[in-house]
Amino acid sequence: MEILDYAFMQRALLAAVLVGVTAPAVGVYLVQRRQALMGDGIGHVAMTGVGLGFLLSWSPVWMAAVVSVLGAVLMELVRWHAKARGDIALAMLFYGGMAGGVMFINLAPGGSTSNLSSFLFGSLSTVSSSDVTAICVLAAFVVLVTVGLRRQLFAVSQDEEFARVTGLPVRFLNLLTAVTAAVTVSVAMRVVGLLLVSALMVVPVAAAQQLTRSFAATFAVAVAIGVSVAVGGTVTSYYQDVPPGATIVLLTIGAFILLTALAAPLARRRARALAAARPGADPAECSIPASRAADGKVGA
Amino acid sequence: MTTEPVITLRGVRAELGSRPVLRGIDLTVRRGEVVALLGANGSGKSTAVRTVIGQVPVTAGEIELFGAERRRFRDWARVGYVPQRTTAAGGVPATVTEVVSSGRLARTRFGLFRKADRKAVRRSLELVGMADRAKDSVDALSGGQHQRVLIARALASEPDLLIMDEPMAGVDLASQEVLAETLRTQVGQGATVLLVLHELGPLEPLIDRAVVLRDGCVLHDGPPPKAVGQHALPGHDHVHPHAPADAGPIRTGLLS
Repeated sequence: MEILDYAFMQRALLAAVLVGVTAPAVGVYLVQRRQALMGDGIGHVAMTGVGLGFLLSWSPVWMAAVVSVLGAVLMELVRWHAKARGDIALAMLFYGGMAGGVMFINLAPGGSTSNLSSFLFGSLSTVSSSDVTAICVLAAFVVLVTVGLRRQLFAVSQDEEFARVTGLPVRFLNLLTAVTAAVTVSVAMRVVGLLLVSALMVVPVAAAQQLTRSFAATFAVAVAIGVSVAVGGTVTSYYQDVPPGATIVLLTIGAFILLTALAAPLARRRARALAAARPGADPAECSIPASRAADGKVGA
Repeated sequence: MTTEPVITLRGVRAELGSRPVLRGIDLTVRRGEVVALLGANGSGKSTAVRTVIGQVPVTAGEIELFGAERRRFRDWARVGYVPQRTTAAGGVPATVTEVVSSGRLARTRFGLFRKADRKAVRRSLELVGMADRAKDSVDALSGGQHQRVLIARALASEPDLLIMDEPMAGVDLASQEVLAETLRTQVGQGATVLLVLHELGPLEPLIDRAVVLRDGCVLHDGPPPKAVGQHALPGHDHVHPHAPADAGPIRTGLLS
């Protein structure tokens, strides 16, 4: 494995694994609460952080984390207070964030918009060891929240009104979800890129759903898909010299299509197994003789 | 039997948008009572219930739960809430057990489930006759089965007070009977119940008092109105055959 001989590839692969875990782990809650595009919005806002990082010569990852967390908090505040005009306020936040990024990076000494492209689309060779430290710390936070508070986050994302009556701090948990999503964007920025982050949050979850019936299984399968495509995309990018972010996203979409194609026969098999396990209960078809139903040629 | 109030609304007003929906509601539900909130669409009955749980802010008046001002009330494990079915749908599949487990969170510390918590979830699924569907996705259930799951979720914290918003809406006859039976068991154990209903239906024999709202005001507060129209038809009888004519609900257990 000569790929592991290079320090930059070791860093890139470690970052890829962490991205593969964290992005779907947050994404599953975003999809559950039907905010699948939230990650995309935060990605736009994070550009201001990257620009500020260049301008002030601070770590772009940490600056992106700070700015996107602020942006996520602002988005939650907009969601509470401005019901009708909320989407317009969010649009202003997104495009303001993007414009801010371009502006700051051009103000930076020797900076130009081309510096931004490795952050927009991901780049392996530029992951520095200080980036890796930041990514590890931020990823630890994301895993702690998404796994440790899974029951609370599940309850709030499933039914906010009911969650309030169980005494859960609904506003705090909503805010925490938004902040965690923002942190994940900063984690994934280096490998997948800000414009493609959201795909890795949403598509593995959508792919996992084709096979699963429970939230826990969806979470686990989505993370497994996330890690596989992130590592697979990074390795492919190394050998084929293609951009990692695009490779990862295309692999994810490929996984989605594959699992969707597998889902229909799998569901049929599962229904048959269920019918065999519980004879008489819940007949799947309208009085089709058992001999014909068993060969699978008849059915919905 | 004590007559301590469990829910108290005094002069409650609420607005949705800028339209007044409640115009000064007074309502008291005492321990062990089963109170139905009736009224036409838009009369404010759902809004009234949603002010009690804090989902709709009140513009005037006071609300108390178990004698504490609602805003200071923290003991939410004592309240089981069944929302209208439409509110509970996520974008990710979830099993019956996962959904019902959410109802147990109020009894756990930091959401850590112990053996007793899993048992309580199991028990509440058995109460509504859904234990055999525990591992199925909620998306695969019929409307009536889904409603039974939401009631199991409310029962999972072993509450003293049940608040239900139209529990019978869109529910098939078999599930209606299961729900009526479940409710009867809870009332038998001393639970207090506040129900929003469109019509009394199969729950009629359980209900002690009906409060009828119209245009955000209380129109009637007293014994349930007599069945009229199609509810008085002979065919209506088969819906609640379990209630012996002379047996009043037994009010002992949990609270006394």
